[in-house]
Order: sequence, then structure tokens, then C-alpha cells
Amino acid sequence: MGMTMSQKILAYHAGLESVKAGQLINAELDMVLGNDITSPVAVKEFEKAGFGCIKCPERVSMVMDHFTPNKDIKAAEQVKTVRTFANKYGVENFFDVGRMGIEHALLPEQGLVGAGDLVIGADSHTCTYGALGAFSTGVGSTDMAAGMMSGQCWFKVPSAIKFVLKNKPAKYICGKDVILHIIGLIGVDGALYKSMEFTGDGIQYLSIDDRFTICNMAIEAGAKNGIFPVDDVTREYLNGRFKREVRVFEADPDAEYERTIEVDLSKLEPTVAFPHLPENTRTPEAWGEVKIDQVVIGSCTNGHISDLRIAADILRGKKVAKGVRCIIIPATNTIWKQAMHEGLFDVFIDAGAVVSTPTCGPCLGGHMGILAAGERAVATTNRNFVGRMGHVDSEVYLASPYVAAASAVAGKIATPDQIK
Amino acid sequence: MQVRGTVFRYKSDVDTDVIIPARYLNTTSEAELASHCMEDIDKEFVKKVKKGDIIVAEDNFGCGSSREHAPIAIKASGISLVIANSFARIFYRNSINIGLPILECPEAVKNIKAGDVVSCDLSKGEIVNETTGQKFQAEPFPEFIQNIIDKGGLIASIKAGK
Repeated sequence: MGMTMSQKILAYHAGLESVKAGQLINAELDMVLGNDITSPVAVKEFEKAGFGCIKCPERVSMVMDHFTPNKDIKAAEQVKTVRTFANKYGVENFFDVGRMGIEHALLPEQGLVGAGDLVIGADSHTCTYGALGAFSTGVGSTDMAAGMMSGQCWFKVPSAIKFVLKNKPAKYICGKDVILHIIGLIGVDGALYKSMEFTGDGIQYLSIDDRFTICNMAIEAGAKNGIFPVDDVTREYLNGRFKREVRVFEADPDAEYERTIEVDLSKLEPTVAFPHLPENTRTPEAWGEVKIDQVVIGSCTNGHISDLRIAADILRGKKVAKGVRCIIIPATNTIWKQAMHEGLFDVFIDAGAVVSTPTCGPCLGGHMGILAAGERAVATTNRNFVGRMGHVDSEVYLASPYVAAASAVAGKIATPDQIK
Repeated sequence: MQVRGTVFRYKSDVDTDVIIPARYLNTTSEAELASHCMEDIDKEFVKKVKKGDIIVAEDNFGCGSSREHAPIAIKASGISLVIANSFARIFYRNSINIGLPILECPEAVKNIKAGDVVSCDLSKGEIVNETTGQKFQAEPFPEFIQNIIDKGGLIASIKAGK
């Protein structure tokens, strides 16, 4: 029997001819990632175990992005712990303020992850790199510590759901709508323990940023990983950037999938996930009048340059509604600079929005835009759990940059057409 | 190993943001994390929980973030076992890696209420609802994973294998 694309990557890294769903394997890692929240726990475990050295320091990345620039003394102490560890053990890919960006935008941008890789990260959104044709999955801090020491990780080989994306996306539809639609369809545990493999003629219309967004939120359906095949879009992105050799894996024609789901991209509508689960998706006819207090455009999900361009297109010549705070967070310094050069910041600031330094910040209720009791935010982020962006009685509505920017202007959840 | 305690009962999709809100992730102190455990879903939990108590939940327990602080907070609060229909995969890994006992057992979930006294032989996966007298058998772990549990977590099992 054939293998899925994910299974082929796992088999290769485990040094096996083939693997099958359910099999437990040990495999060689190309990259181990941690951030300023998860690395301190890994550092503690690593030092407590007395491991002594990191197997391949060049295959470890530590990105200080969640509570940075350090939001308080405790956050500063945590970053200091990681900084000291990185210096001691020779971790060159330690990204502090000035070099850092949101990890899942930064690692691809820096060429540290790419096609054919096997990556683990102590951050659930590590599944983002599947956009580049990598097998990439989130783990905890102890797995990170073990991965640093041994260069390996154990995996249970996942089965897969195949998503056949068809046709060209409709107007104002981007990767965010695709993945929210899918999560609405299968639920927050609809892909539990499984791979989500995306294919079909529609993927040619999805930019690399759209693919990052889609794979990023695979975890919100419970998936182990999300993955796209390697095509011209991938190669163009990796060319001159990716520091290792591109390894292309393709699903076998007779690969077995638990389910196949077709999604007609031309029929999708702007999709918003209402509180308090990403599966509570609604399209415009079911939105009703939802007044908002804040808009956040950024995060590892939608802080890419194309997301900022979309936001600027909607906000150009318009004003953020009175009483709404609109916070825009470019995901990395490179994206920040690019947006500045393209004049996007003029658009944002003239509209009455604010531009932040790269940080995960408000997405997880850290800093830079926390909600008070009873407040509502439309955010391009990835989770709308109870208390996620602040007070336990606040609400987060997940949306695309089109809808988020239009909502900022309307003062309520709106499509771009509704603010014309 | 035998555990015994009173049950705290939760529904499906209990996420790691409610198990330990991100505003408390600026520390790795186990005691401090435990002092905020379940705060955003159940303010009474921290006040009532006693050493040995047991959490019983429905589907997809521990979904969301990869924060190991979530199982650490639960374990440090005194909880001896979490029983659910299913666990989110990163939470499942993390629990095994740090030695928080977890069991999948839909029959037990169906037949255990909040406040029931439950005991369990962890090595056999035998769950007893002492309040009602009912007995349940949890799914056994694959040998590979049972080996990690027996060695006392991932780091200990790696060290033992060296």
C-alpha cells in the first residue's frame, strides 16, 4: 500500500523503506524550535538531566517572540534564562529583539525550514511549515529538550485526511477563509492525531502566505500536521533562501486516506469564527450586528506582507471607526521594513490605526492589546478560546485581514463590500 | 500504582488557555502555575482540589497551545489522574513526558459524576467508581509509550537507554 506525503517524509527521516499509520518510530530532526514561553521549561529539563551538550546546535532555533519586547520583569527573566543557555551551548539561531520576528514567519523567512524537512517545535503552530512541503508539528518543552539532546523525536505515524481544493478563490477570499471553512466543517477535533494533506487544482491560486495561514491552523482542527505539495510557488519562495537542499516528497497514487473532502474555493464566502471555538464559523448572512472594540491584524497566522497589503487596500482613504482600536503587527522585522517601504504605514496611521513591533503579544493575551471585560475584538489570529486575548468575559472573533480591516472601519463585523 | 480521589468534571474541548491562562506563563514555578490552574473555567477548582483528586472530561481535553505548563499545573495542583474520552495530541505527549497519568475511557466518562470518589490501578488501567461500585477498563497504552511511563517520563527513559 502507498504512503501519504507526510508518511513519506517520516519514513525518510526514520531511515525506513516505508511506514504505516499507527507505527511508532524514532526519526532524525532537521530543526528543533522553542520560544520565550516554552524554552525556559525545556532549558530547566535539559540542565536538570545533565545532558551536557546539544547534538546539533545549528538545528536548534530559539525565538523570543511571545512576551517580547519583555513585558514585565518575569518575562525578562525568562528571556535571560534562554539567552544564557543559547550562549552557553552555542545556539546561533537565537533570535532576540532586533533579530526576532514571530517564530512561524521568521524561520521560513530566514531559510531555516523548507521542503522535505522534519521539524518539531515547542509551539503548537509549528505545523505552519507544512506550507513549504515539510513535516512539521508542535510538541512540548520536554520533547524540545530531548530533541536538542538527541537530534531525534518519537512519532506515531499519522493517518490522513485529503482536502481537494478546487477552482479559483472568490473575491475577498484568502487562506484564512479556506481554513476557517474547513474547521467549521470538521470541528476542532475533526483531524485529531491526523495529517491534513491539501491538494487539487485550486492550490495553484494560493500564495505561499495563504498556505502558511492554512497549515498554521491545522492544529485548530486537532491535526498533527498540515501539508502542501511542493510546486512552483514553493520553489520560488525557497530559492536563494532555504539553507538546505530541497527534498521533494509526493503522496503515492494509492496512498490511503481516512476521508477525502472537496472544497470549491470559488464558492467560499468570508468566514468568521465566533466565540469561543474556531469551529463556530459563520458566513455574512449569519453575522448579525456585532459591535466591536478592537481589531488586531497580525500573528503567525496573518502577519505576512500580503496580509498587510490586504489591510492597507481596505483602509486606504478610510478611517477606523470611533471607539475602535486597530492594532497592526507585522510578523517580522523584514516584513515591517517592506511594509514601511511600500507606504503601508502611511495608510494605517492616516486611518487611525497603530503599528506595533513584531510580537505574538495580544494573540495569547500577553500584552500590546489586552481586552477588558465585555470587550470584543475581531482578530486575524488563530484562537478565540475563553479569555484568550484578555479578560475571561471578553470575546474574540477570528477573521481574514479583509474582514478585520473592513470591521475596523465599520465598527462592527463587516465585509469589504459593506463599507463601500 | 494506585490513585484515589474526588472527581472534578468538565465537558469537551477544555483548552490549555483555560487550564493555565497565558497571563501566568511568565513563570516556570510549578506551585505558582498550580495556583491558577483551571481559573478561567472553574474558579472553585484551586480552592477545592486535594492531593489525589481526579479530573474527568469528555472529548479533546487539552486542545490548543503546546504549553507544557498545562499538564504541569494540573499535576502540581495535586491531581493524580485525568480520564477523558480523548486528549488533544500535544497534551497527550506532554502528559506522558512529564508523568501526569492520563487514561482514555469513554465508559468511565459516561458513568462518573462530579464529586464521585474514584480509584484506579494505573498499571492495569482499572477504574473503579467507588460511589456507585461500577468498574471500567481503560485502553492500554502501546508498549513503546508504556515504557516511557514506566521509566518515569521521557528524559528519564532517554537517560536509561543511553
